[in-house]
Parts: sequence; structure tokens; C-alpha cells
Amino acid sequence: MYRSHVLVCGGTGCTSSGSEEIIQALQAEIDKNGLTSEVSVVKTGCHGLCALGPIMIVYPEASFYSMVKVEDIPEIVSEHLLKGRVVTRLLYNETVTEDGMKSLSDTAFYKKQHRIALRNCGVINPENIDEYIGTDGYQALGKVLTEMTPDEVIQVVLDSGLRGRGGAGFPTGRKWQMARNFVQDGGQKYVCCNADEGDPGAFMDRSVLEGDPHVVLEAMTIAGYAIGASQGYIYVRAEYPIAVERLRIAIGQAREYGLLGNNIFGTDFSFDIDLRLGAGAFVCGEETALMTSIEGNRGEPRPRPPFPAVKGLFARPTILNNVETYANIPQIILHGANWFASMGTEKSKGTKVFALGGKINNTGLVEIPMGTTLREVIEEIGGGIPDGKKFKAAQTGGPSGGCIPAEHYDVPIDYDNLLAIGSMMGSGGLIVMDEDNCMVDIAKFFLEFTVDESCGKCTPCRVGTKRMYEMLDKITKGQATLEDLDKLEELCYYIKENALCGLGQTAPNPVLSTLRYFRDEYVAHVVEKRCPAGVCKALLSYTIDADKCKGCTLCARNCPANAITGAVKEPHVIDQSKCIKCGACMEKCRFSAISKK
Amino acid sequence: MKSLEELKAIRDRMQGQVGMRSEDDTQTRVVVGMATCGIASGARPVLTALSDLVQEKNLHNVSVTQTGCIGLCQFEPIVEVFEPGQEKVTYIKMTPEKAKDVVEQHLIQGRIVKDYIIPKTLG
Ligand SMILES: Cc1cc2nc3c(=O)[nH]c(=O)nc-3n(C[C@H](O)[C@H](O)[C@H](O)COP(=O)(O)O)c2cc1C
Ligand code: SF4
Ligand code: SF4
Ligand code: SF4
Ligand code: FES
Repeated sequence: MYRSHVLVCGGTGCTSSGSEEIIQALQAEIDKNGLTSEVSVVKTGCHGLCALGPIMIVYPEASFYSMVKVEDIPEIVSEHLLKGRVVTRLLYNETVTEDGMKSLSDTAFYKKQHRIALRNCGVINPENIDEYIGTDGYQALGKVLTEMTPDEVIQVVLDSGLRGRGGAGFPTGRKWQMARNFVQDGGQKYVCCNADEGDPGAFMDRSVLEGDPHVVLEAMTIAGYAIGASQGYIYVRAEYPIAVERLRIAIGQAREYGLLGNNIFGTDFSFDIDLRLGAGAFVCGEETALMTSIEGNRGEPRPRPPFPAVKGLFARPTILNNVETYANIPQIILHGANWFASMGTEKSKGTKVFALGGKINNTGLVEIPMGTTLREVIEEIGGGIPDGKKFKAAQTGGPSGGCIPAEHYDVPIDYDNLLAIGSMMGSGGLIVMDEDNCMVDIAKFFLEFTVDESCGKCTPCRVGTKRMYEMLDKITKGQATLEDLDKLEELCYYIKENALCGLGQTAPNPVLSTLRYFRDEYVAHVVEKRCPAGVCKALLSYTIDADKCKGCTLCARNCPANAITGAVKEPHVIDQSKCIKCGACMEKCRFSAISKK
Repeated sequence: MKSLEELKAIRDRMQGQVGMRSEDDTQTRVVVGMATCGIASGARPVLTALSDLVQEKNLHNVSVTQTGCIGLCQFEPIVEVFEPGQEKVTYIKMTPEKAKDVVEQHLIQGRIVKDYIIPKTLG
């Protein structure tokens, strides 16, 4: 029996900030102090507060240490683990109050969160099936196989109102029902999991896979029972080695326990799951391309209909769901449809996981009830925008989505509201932008991504996105006309109508939504040849204010292009024809004599 | 694993472990004084005995922790029991054997082991 558990985050963020070394040092120090049989070190998945990593939580006190360094370990072990004195100095400062420790769930970051899909992330050791079972893991599967008919399972999922978390928000129960109802020949059906997660900045699914892999296995097995399938595939990108490894371990353990394989729980239901690794092409996240890729062919989309529920993998009825969608299923089965449906808005039930990034203090992973406002997410949970800057817009839905401007700061986040304001839920990337971000530049960034990732199968997408990118490039260089702006918009609608798959159909969204809310910024680039946010290099010029310049020569010595001249103690000047607009001089000047326009 | 019973058995065994990882305020906390004076006077075997017993008896709602000097060094080893909504109970001069009585009588049956508590006048 361990009297204390020390949880160290082994998520992606904390691993990159050195949690692996922390674990080693911690274990060594614990051994040295003779606490090996009393204190257990548990490597968990992401806790969400990645910006403060490496993160360590000591139970039963629930002391939350942030930004732990190897040098801090001896003190934590000798003071806290041996003598029981919490090292207040190293605690996450939000949990420290005048009269002691505040509970983590009362901090601004966690208070408004509700963890369902992430409930085990950061709590259990993902490489130990017993810990998953200890938090009610596989109980839902047991219940389904011994007490429920497949139709009852589907009914619960339908009644819960769960919609797909991979982007489009299709009702999960309806999808399962379609696949179940296909009984023409009694042949094989398939259950697939989309763990391709290719949006730039997204790491929601990855965190679930790394922090709680068994939940996906359990849910897929339940889905298999519901639709009548005996084989599942998880399509995961090879660029997620930790996730792949943990899935492998999890599948091995589940097979060993008989939770995958033949006659699960002694019933006549059999189900197994295999992994398929994707090479990391964004288009392979599209459902038909994903299935083509599992079949061993080049991952290109195919036209729908036929829909996968009728003719999917190997031309058999197939359901494909996203990782986070599955992560909700066991909880829905255990707590009931009403429990789940009591959270969220009228048409979007439950919670959604978002990866917060960009100009925000608490970059990391959050799970919020549907209907939470953007303001709450950014100002409260996210801890606001650094350096007192002003919120400008948030981008959701990645390259398929759009931006939400300040005027919609208080719109409750759900599928339908986001669509109505020209963005989309997407898989859950949420990038915050402040006054220093140029919206044309943002649109160009996403278009560059789409051009790279277009599979080339259809012309509207292959050629159209390229043309769009070129037009955006012209705008950011101040070479476009107002006519070009109209042409750009026209092209957007044409591509939306004519592209073959979702990638092309949604590619114009970042442009359309920035045009809708920030047209004046486009116009400033085109007409005034000016980038209001001061981002687009071609439109910038750095100048030295002769009245403020003290002639200290610092800027001239730091200019990589030798563009600055001037005698000591005399005002300096920048030769615009040589300046490469790197900004080094402005950063160096201690007298704020240099400005950019 | 061929039955739900086996699954439940693993769950029950593990719940005592992962159950610790919550901030549940319905938990009873058993705290052992473990500063230098406590360790010198034999607090460690008491702590081990308490942890083992709590695990053995599957007391999911009890956590055993240690703290620094409680300030009554002449009565070490000291064990304090905090039950939600109850006054703190302080046991003094503890041994692994006495710890067993505390677990069985106090934590399981809810009867304070009067013989081991601190005399009122000093409390
Ligand atoms: C270009 C493109 C990329 C996609 N990438 C992903 C992805 O990485 N993960 C995902 O779950 N869904 C992705 N989707 C959505 C899937 O096609 C599909 O709708 C989803 O996996 C269905 O699961 P759900 O109903 O549980 O959301 C993508 C769609 C498109 C068009
Ligand atoms: S829309 Fe783009 S990604 Fe989709 S099939 Fe056409 S070319 Fe390929
Ligand atoms: S660093 Fe500033 S003050 Fe110094 S020479 Fe350059 S512009 Fe003038
Ligand atoms: S912006 Fe860069 S290149 Fe231009 S003057 Fe300043 S330091 Fe030189
Ligand atoms: S990776 Fe450690 S908190 Fe996210």
C-alpha cells in the first residue's frame, strides 16, 4: 500500500519541458530516502496546464507543483514526502491563499471546466489497465454486454444527444443506427477510430490517447456490439509515437484480460482492434480518404454517397468516429443519456475539449460544457491575453474554420452558434489573436497549409486554393486592387461549391470569415498599402525619430543589413532600400526612437 | 478474465489506490507526525502499519498522510484523525499495535479509542 501518490505529467507538453528527467530524479531521491514502498510515482497524461509544465501533484494532499525543476526534487522529497510539509514556494500560485492551500478545482483554470472525455487524463497511469479499471473502466462494456441489447445501446447514444467531435457534429447515435440497420447479407462490419488529428495547433485527441488509451478501446468495443462488428481499426498518425506506443500497450493488456478477443465476459460477442499508422497527410483525416488508406491505397477521398455506414472500409458498412467522441461513450452508458443531455445547449450536449493556443496565458487543454462563452474560456480559464493586449479574434476549426471577432465574445459556444457566425467547432483548436495579429496574414497562413495538403485529385481545390493563396500574397505585398478582392471572394464560393471533399469545400472559410469581419483590414492593405497590425513586411517601414535619437549607435551595430548610418551622438537614419525589416533595431533602441508603420 | 465479478474484484482492489487521487472532502484524514522528533520516536512503523491496514480493510474513504512536528514532542509518535464535520482526535505515544486498534475501533466502527487519546488538560 502506498500512502502517497506523486503524479508527474507525461503529456506532450510536460515531456518537452523535461518531465522525464523529473521522474527519474524523483524516483532516485525517493529510493535514497527509503520511501520506495510508501510513495508511488505515477506517470500520467496531460493535466491541461501545459504552459506551467512540468507538473507534479502529490496526493492525498493534492498539492499542485508547477514548473518543477530537477534541483527542486530533494526539497520536495525530504520536506513533503518525508516530513509532510508542503513546499509552498513551488506550488502553482493560484492554489496558494493566505490561509493555506486552495483546492485545484477552485482555481480559475479548472473551476468552469467539466472533465468527461479527459476525466482520467492526468489521474491514472495510462500504461496500467488496472488503474483504468479502478476508475470504473470497462464497467460500461460489462453492462452493455450483459444487460443491454444493441438497440438499447444505440437508443442511449441517440438520447444523449452526443454529436461527433471530429468536426462536422453529426449525431453519433444516428450514424451507429444506419450501420446497424444494414443487415442485407450478415457479413463483416467495421468500427474505426479517427486519430489522425492534423489541424495545426491541435492536440486534444493526442492527449486522450496518451492519457487514457483504454477509454477508446472500451468505446469502440461497445460500438462494435451496437452495430454488429467484430473488428476495429484505429487510424493514428505515426507522428504521435507516445500515443501509438500507449495504444499498443493498452491493446496488449486488454487482450490479455480478455476484454478484447473472443467471447468477451463469457458472452458470444467477440471483438478485436488493430492499429493503422498514417503518414501524416491532413486529407487522410477525411473519412473516405482514411478508409482508402487503411485499405492500403493512397489516401485520396472518394465521392459520397455511398456513405461509409453503407459502404465503407473494404466496401462494408463502417462507422468512423473521432477519439473524443468515443471518450464520452462509456460515461454515457454508465450515467445514462439524461445525465449527458443535461449538460450543454439545446442542440449541443455535453462538453468539448479545446486546445488553447496563441496569445493566451494558459496555453493548454481545457474541457468545457457546451454553451460556455468565448469570454469565459479566454478571460477566466485561459487567464487572459499576455502583456495587457486587446483581444481581436479567436480562430476555431483550424484550416476549415474561421475567426470569431470581439463582437461575438459572449456567444455561447456550440455547433450551431459557431456555424452561424461563420466559423465552426472543428476538432477543437482554439487560437487566440490580439491586436498584433494581421487577419490577412492569418488567412494566408491557413491557405498555405491547405495548398500544401491538397491531395490534388480535383481541380477546384488543387488549382483554386493555389490561386487564392497567390491573391492573398499579393494583398499582403500591397500589390492587389479592389477588383482582386472581389475576385477572391468569388473564387471562395466557387471552390466551396465544387471541391470533391471536405478539405477543399472548407478551405475558403478562413478567408471568408476574415473578409466578413475584418474587410477594413483587407482594404487598408489594398488601398492604403498599409498593414494596420504591422505584420506584413512589405508594407512596413522602420523610421528613426531624429528628436528622440540619442545617437548611441546600438541600432546600427545590430542591424544585419547595415542599413543604419549616423555619427556618434547624432541622429541616425535608416536606408529603406537596404532595410530587410527584421525589427532588430527597434527592439534594441533604449530610447524608443524607432517606430514601424 | 471471463466474468464481471473478476472485473469488479480488480476495481475494488484498485479503487483504494486511485481513489486517493481526488480532492474529495468526504475523506477521513489520518495524519502522522513525522518531523525529526516523530521519526526518532518511532513514527515510521506506525505510519506503515496505518497505511497497510487501511489498504487491507479497503477503507476507500480514508487517507493516511504525514505532517511535520505537531508541537507535542514528548507525546510522539502522534496520530491525528480528521473526520469530516467532526472534531479532531489526537492519539499519542502510538505503536503499530495501537494503530491497529485505532483502525478497527475508530475508523471502522466509529468508536474513539479513549485510552490512547491525549489527556484533555493538555489538549
Ligand atoms: C480534410 C479533413 C480532415 C479531417 N481530419 C479529421 C481528423 O483529423 N480527425 C477527425 O476526427 N476527423 C477529421 N475529419 C472529419 C472526418 O471526416 C469525420 O467527419 C469524423 O472523423 C467523424 O467522426 P465524428 O462523427 O465522431 O466526428 C476531417 C475531415 C476533413 C474533410
Ligand atoms: S478537395 Fe482537395 S483534398 Fe479533397 S479530393 Fe479535391 S483535391 Fe483532394
Ligand atoms: S539605438 Fe535608438 S537612440 Fe541609439 S542610435 Fe539607434 S535610434 Fe538612436
Ligand atoms: S529593421 Fe532590421 S534591417 Fe531594417 S534597419 Fe532595423 S535592423 Fe536594419
Ligand atoms: S502535457 Fe503536462 S499538463 Fe499538458
